[in-house]
Order: sequence, then C-alpha cells, then structure tokens
Amino acid sequence: MTDPAIPSAYVRDKRTPTPSRDELRARIPGWGVDLNPADRPSYPKLQYPADTGAHWDFPERQPEKWPRERSIEHAFVTPVFGTAQPPKGLSGVVRKFAYARFSEGRLAHWLLLVAGDRIDAAEHHLRSFASARPDVPATGLRTELTRGGLRSRRGRSDARHHVLDPVVVAGPWLAAAGAAVLGVRKAARALGR
Amino acid sequence: MRAMVYRGPYKIRVEDKPMPVVEHPNDAIVRVTLAAICGSDLHLYHGMMPDTRVGHTFGHEFIGVVEQVGSSVQNLQVGDRVMVPFNIFCGSCWFCARGLYSNCHNVNPNATAVGGIYGYSHTTGGYDGGQSEYVRVPFADVGPVKIPDWMHDEDAVLLTDAAATGYFGAQLGEIAEGDTVVVLGAGPVGLVAAQSAWLMGAGRVIVVDHLQERLEKARTMAYAETLDYDEHDDVVVELKKQTDYLGADVVIEAVGAEADGNVTQQLAGPKLKLQGGSATALNWAIDGVRKGGTVSVVGAYGPIPNAVKFGDALNKGLTLRMNQTPVKRQWPRMFEHVRNGHLTPRQMITHRFPLEEIPEAYHVFSSKLDGCIKPLILPSAA
Repeated sequence: MTDPAIPSAYVRDKRTPTPSRDELRARIPGWGVDLNPADRPSYPKLQYPADTGAHWDFPERQPEKWPRERSIEHAFVTPVFGTAQPPKGLSGVVRKFAYARFSEGRLAHWLLLVAGDRIDAAEHHLRSFASARPDVPATGLRTELTRGGLRSRRGRSDARHHVLDPVVVAGPWLAAAGAAVLGVRKAARALGR
Repeated sequence: MRAMVYRGPYKIRVEDKPMPVVEHPNDAIVRVTLAAICGSDLHLYHGMMPDTRVGHTFGHEFIGVVEQVGSSVQNLQVGDRVMVPFNIFCGSCWFCARGLYSNCHNVNPNATAVGGIYGYSHTTGGYDGGQSEYVRVPFADVGPVKIPDWMHDEDAVLLTDAAATGYFGAQLGEIAEGDTVVVLGAGPVGLVAAQSAWLMGAGRVIVVDHLQERLEKARTMAYAETLDYDEHDDVVVELKKQTDYLGADVVIEAVGAEADGNVTQQLAGPKLKLQGGSATALNWAIDGVRKGGTVSVVGAYGPIPNAVKFGDALNKGLTLRMNQTPVKRQWPRMFEHVRNGHLTPRQMITHRFPLEEIPEAYHVFSSKLDGCIKPLILPSAA
C-alpha cells in the first residue's frame, strides 16, 4: 500500500474520487447532456454539411471598384470583400506596398501594416485639428468620474500598469507637440536672423 | 446613419456615415437592433490589430431586422428578425464544405490565415461592423438565421460570438467524464466555457481570474470553483497544488492577447506593441495543464509573433486545439441548451449603453470599471 500522502501525480490513479453522476446532475443544471462527443457540434472537426444555404459552386464576383489590395498568398481577389476605408494618402501607399511585396508569412508585411496604421492615425489627427471636431488623446475618460475609476481599481494588480496608460496614450501626442514647438521656435529664429 | 468610428488607438467616436448598400447579389442590409462589444474589440481599440483603418466601424456581435436584400437572396425577406454569426462565410469553398465556416477562403482578400469577420479591421476583410444603425451582411443565404420566437434578444446577440465561442472552447478541450477543467478568464467567453464544461461531463471546473465580480459570476452562473491569481505568487504552482500535482486535464484559455498577470508581457505586448500581445494566459495554460493534457485556445491573438513557451508544450506532450469559432455550426445544439436553461448567456450582461455613448462604453469595458463584464449597445434606429 502506497503512502496516501503521496500526491496523485506520483502514483497510478487520481486519489480524489470524482463525484458521482447523480451528485453532479443534482448540483449542475444539464450536467453531462453533451457527454457523448457525437452530441457536440464541432465533433469531429471536419464535417460535410448537407446544406449551407449556398446555391452556387463558386460565388458570383462582387464588382471591384478599385484595385483591391490582397494577400499574395491568394490566387486572386476573393469574390466577396469589404469595401470600407479604401487605402488613401501616405498610409495607403505603405499598406499597398505591404500587401504587394510581402506574404503573410513575413514579419515585414505586418510591421508595415502597423506602421501604416500609425501614419493613418497621424494623418487624420492633423486633419482633425483643422476641423470643428479635433481628435483628443483618448475618449470616454469622463467615465473615470461617473463610473468609479478609483473605486473599480482598488486592490487590482493590473492597476500597476494602468498608471502607464496615460504615458503610452498621451506620450506620442506630447512628443509631437514638443517637436512642433521646437520646430516653430527654430523657424522663427531663422526668420529673425 | 449613426455609427461608431475608430479614430486611432484609444479614440473612437460616433459619426454620420453613408448607409451601406448592396454590393453583391447575395448581400442583405440589416438594421441593427442590438449589438455588443466583444473583448476582442478591445484589441482593435488599443491599436493591436494590424491594418485597422481610421474610419472603421467595429462590431461583430449584433442582431437586427432585414431592411433590403440583393437579387439572389432566397432564404431571407425584408422584415425578418435575424441573428448574424460573427463569421462572414460563403458556404461553398473547400473549408466551408467541411464545416470550417470561420476559415472561409472566399471572403477575405487581405489574408488567407483568417476568414472574414464583421468590423474587425482589414486583416479580416475590411467589412464595417454592427456597432452602427445599419450593416451590410454578405452571403445572406448562408450566415444569418431568423431569431426563434422563444429566444430573448439578449441571448440571441450573445450567441453570435461570446456564448458560441465559450461552448466551442469547451468542445476543443475534448473533455472526458470526470476531467478537471481549468478555465482561464471569467469574462463572457470563459463563463460560458465553464458552464459548457459541465455539460460535457467535467468532474471539476476551476475558473481563474482576478476581478472579484467576475469570479463571483463564475461561482453563481457556472457553479465553478474559483481561483484569484492576485492572491498567489505563482498561479501555476497553485494549480498544481489544487490538482494533486498532476495539473488540469484540460485548460481552456479564454483570455487572449491582453492578458494581465505579468507586467513584462503587458508592457511588451498591449502597451509597447513589441510583440503581438501578452501571452501570459497561454503560457499559464501550457504550464498549468497536466502532461498529455489538452489546451483549448479561444482567446484571440493577432498575426504578430508572441513569446509563447512552446518547448514546454512539446516536452509535456500536449494537444493544442484552437480556432475562431464556426458559430453557425454551434447553434442548433446551443439553442436547445439555452431553451432548457443549461446555458444562460444573458446572465453575464452588466451594462447597456446607447450607441451615442459608445466611447464611454469602450473605456468602461476596457478598464473594467463599475464591475463591467459585458456591455450591450443600443443603436438609435432600433
């Protein structure tokens, strides 16, 4: 007889018995109704649905109103695609290059797309400052007052990195503002000479 | 129409946008009556998903009423109340023909590694989403389903992703009778995964999180034991102790790329974007499961590499199973479970915001203020 103090991992069987089916059924609504894997919709992984609703072998092609950017791992632009936010400006150039030059398997593809995202945001922020609705570093912040910003975070370990959020979010804005001030000062000095 | 619009990381607002139009004969235009913010929307909101364009409307959890149909639509009519799976899929490609609806090859020109998703950046196809008054729904004969009369709208909207993903996550775990199942994350997906683990015969379900209101929900909604990782120096060691040093038979990772619990991962991932996201939960899953066990991953990760402990997974002989959920495939069986009260998705809802207040909703959900577990969005045209 093995010493009962030795944990399950070091002997053949689990030492803690599982509660009986009746016990579990009494405690948990529906316990075991999907016990048979055949009742689980994603078992087995590959299934051949009789009717998906599709009444085509290959879907009719959606009209392509501009050369739609696509992964070079695709044989062609898929027959259906999203048309939201076509590529524009410098961010559009970067994005189109990322798609045309690098496959999804290349890190450069994704890093260029991330760079495109930051350029896109900067382009729109700059434009927004000339509009009636300028962008701000972050939105929804009034809920810090109305929805218990401090109370909600009390005792939470993630509050430690929450204090970094303002730095991460506002940092690039402050850096851009600083650079702009320095640039203007330099230009003013150059003009004053 | 009014729609949520992305302006850059941490910045969204509501704007007037042109109404969506039928662009393909099998499109429908749906007037959104109820939408939700998903935890994975926060990855977009935080600027972590490549090719998220300014002007994009997020939202892949929504239900609504059919306003217009394209010329080839046969299965839907104007006025039908529909629930729309978050996957956009054609129903006829190699993958759809095998039931892999979330891996459809005919809907996303931007990437082959992921299918089409509403309102989830151009990396998943460049479709505007449903956090708006109206939305374009491609392949209307394939994806949407009429909402059964008996079903509550709030259950219906959760079945379009969060609840279906929880149920799918439990299936990926290949749970056998009596298994000890650990669910990482007591958010919307984790809560339903814990409920579902019991349906599949688990003998013990332990849910790990650090937010008290979520752990409480795991106990009351999913009858689970709970483990607050803030109370332990090393959650993996605690899991080993609680499982008699075996580790769990199955771990379901229902957290994804913004996992807390490790400051270095948080800094390198969500904050500084030096890696695709924080792999903390995934690493806890790999280290917390027993040798020869199964890790099911339904937490969302982007395409940029992460610091994952793959060597441990190899040396432990793990089975790693994962996918985006093929939602429609889950529905017939899930509808029975919801009708019988075995799954109770709407119990997780904590907040309801009008569309005009969606910037506030994102901040509350993202920072987990005010006990927020799941926020719904009520469009003004509803």
